[in-house]
Amino acid sequence: MKKSYKIDVDCANCANKMEDAANHTAGVKNAVVNFMMLKMNVEFEDGADPKTVMQEVRRNCKKVEDDCEIYC
Amino acid sequence: MNKKQKKMLVRILAAFAWLVGLSFAPVEGVLRFLLYLVPYFIIGYDILWKALKGIRNRQVFDENFLMAVATVGAIALALYDQTGDYTEAVAVMLFYQVGELFQSYAVGKSRRNISELMDIRPDYANIEKDGVLEKVDPDEVEVGTVIVVQPGEKVPIDGIVTEGASSLNTSALTGESLPRDVKAGDEIISGCINMTGLLKIRTTKEFGESTVSKILDLVENASSRKSKSEDFISKFARVYTPAVCGAALLLAIVPPLVRMFAMSAAPEWDVWIYRALTFLVISCPCALVISIPLSFFAGIGGASREGVLVKGSNYLETLSQTKIVVFDKTGTLTQGVFEVNAVHHSDMDKAKLIEYAALAESFSTHPISRSLRKAYGKKLDNTRVTDVQEISGNGVIAKVDGREVAAGNEKLMKRLGVDFIPCHSVGTIIHMAVDGQYAGHIVISDVVKPHAAEAIRELKKAGIEKTVMLTGDAKKVAEDVAHRLGVDEVRSELLPADKVEKVEELLKNKPEKAKLAFVGDGINDAPVLRRADIGIAMGAMGSDAAIEAADVVLMDDDPLKISKAIKISRKCLGIVYQNIVFAIGIKLLCLLLGAVGLANMWLAIFADVGVMILAVLNAIRALFVKNL
Repeated sequence: MKKSYKIDVDCANCANKMEDAANHTAGVKNAVVNFMMLKMNVEFEDGADPKTVMQEVRRNCKKVEDDCEIYC
Repeated sequence: MNKKQKKMLVRILAAFAWLVGLSFAPVEGVLRFLLYLVPYFIIGYDILWKALKGIRNRQVFDENFLMAVATVGAIALALYDQTGDYTEAVAVMLFYQVGELFQSYAVGKSRRNISELMDIRPDYANIEKDGVLEKVDPDEVEVGTVIVVQPGEKVPIDGIVTEGASSLNTSALTGESLPRDVKAGDEIISGCINMTGLLKIRTTKEFGESTVSKILDLVENASSRKSKSEDFISKFARVYTPAVCGAALLLAIVPPLVRMFAMSAAPEWDVWIYRALTFLVISCPCALVISIPLSFFAGIGGASREGVLVKGSNYLETLSQTKIVVFDKTGTLTQGVFEVNAVHHSDMDKAKLIEYAALAESFSTHPISRSLRKAYGKKLDNTRVTDVQEISGNGVIAKVDGREVAAGNEKLMKRLGVDFIPCHSVGTIIHMAVDGQYAGHIVISDVVKPHAAEAIRELKKAGIEKTVMLTGDAKKVAEDVAHRLGVDEVRSELLPADKVEKVEELLKNKPEKAKLAFVGDGINDAPVLRRADIGIAMGAMGSDAAIEAADVVLMDDDPLKISKAIKISRKCLGIVYQNIVFAIGIKLLCLLLGAVGLANMWLAIFADVGVMILAVLNAIRALFVKNL
């Protein structure tokens, strides 16, 4: 399953860090952060619940970049 | 400027004013230190705070942490050396924030600009209810509803015109400035602007399935497909920061120890620590990272303005490396519309012969019979035709006005035992026999698009090494067209499956770096579009299959757009490479100068912010592609 989330982040490198963090979250098959559109496209593993996974993704992103937000 | 940016601007100005004022104040000692801490905290409190959080989250290579270490270190050194020079630390923080502000402003601004360029999203649809127009959300309009589009409004949903006639401005979709005329019965696609008359349209699709939604979706998601250049720079950034920080640590420790033990000289700890702190300032990667996605974003935005939709940054990159262009003939280089070109060896009036042919073929929907009808030009009276007999693969025999008319190929003539004169012209030949007597033949051929020859020349000029044309048409026709257009190679009489084979053959025989682009009209050639390095679909307005299968979509069917698309991609990639080389080059130069003590922290922060500003401005250049 693929979903797209709106995000807020200030710098391009931080966006890359978020992408990295999201990709290292359990339940995420593949995540792409589009800094220019401020979007995060997440492909979930089969059977993963997007809601709980995204909470984890958000927490992990906050760790690498405190000043970011994922609207999910 | 948004609220956050305004607040930052105020902080920058306040810190700057305080700093300037302070440089005139003759204060010394502790008071001086405390007075300098004020602008430092005004400008840097958030960075220090984030640095603390970073430590808690074990993010040592976080920009904020690095800036905090560099500036706190500089202040500590100033205290230790008792120079009282705290300006440097405050200034580094100040310029860092100026850089961040500029970056966030420039990115926000180009984000908005480019979105505005692609502002084809209709906000509403008009529905007539009891003679009154009502504005509704286009999402809620069901298929088959009649919507009203007034002059000046955007067509919100694809459909068919049921009433009215008007001119449409399609420039937002195709980049074509000439208006297009529509009348009742014509298909109309969303995203066009109605210019002159009121139109009533019966919708044939839902909003989400309409052209305008498809295009927006495609362009907005394009920058999610990342190019190799973007991957390279983000990987580089991941390595670069830790590497520079490591180098800084070494620089702070090794030279003083070497001096102390190997050279028996004073260790000069403060000098080397200062140089190491300079390294930390240079180690921030944002200047490197920002300009690449921005360049691609601007390039894709500029291209879509010209009616060239690129589905991803990666495709823009591949497109720029194209060396071989393979064309489908019909519908790409030729219009796919057949026209009567000549009538030969006819004893009767030419118009009469065409009239007979058109009548005999009047029950067929084949493109050939359509072109005959068009050549005849008048309305066909079907009652004049009787006893129609279609002979598959041969032609038609019918009674027209009581006379037996046979229209078809050489096989038909042989079958009827009529002596015919073979034709030397290129195209589809229709031999005619009336009452068993040979009556001459009609030459019908596909028409080459007006810009086709110029398009091939432009491609050559843009550095394309080989052009190839694939077609299912007869060899004679194909070679004639290829010769007239200046195409290098022709493969004719191919079935759709053969085209994939030919493209695979070409892919195998080309050098790895030279990319192959296939250009087709998206009808029947989806497999080939997918197989090529880059699939370009043209004239794709309203054709879902083409938009689906291709990597690059040309909104109108002008073949000149192919070279334009390649030039746009080259310009964009040129800018990307310039930025990569420039940003990395300046950073390395600063590191080198910093290590030997020629660059101080001032230069380091100026280089950092300056490179970023120049790279961002350069990136925005990718947007301007009109005159390529």
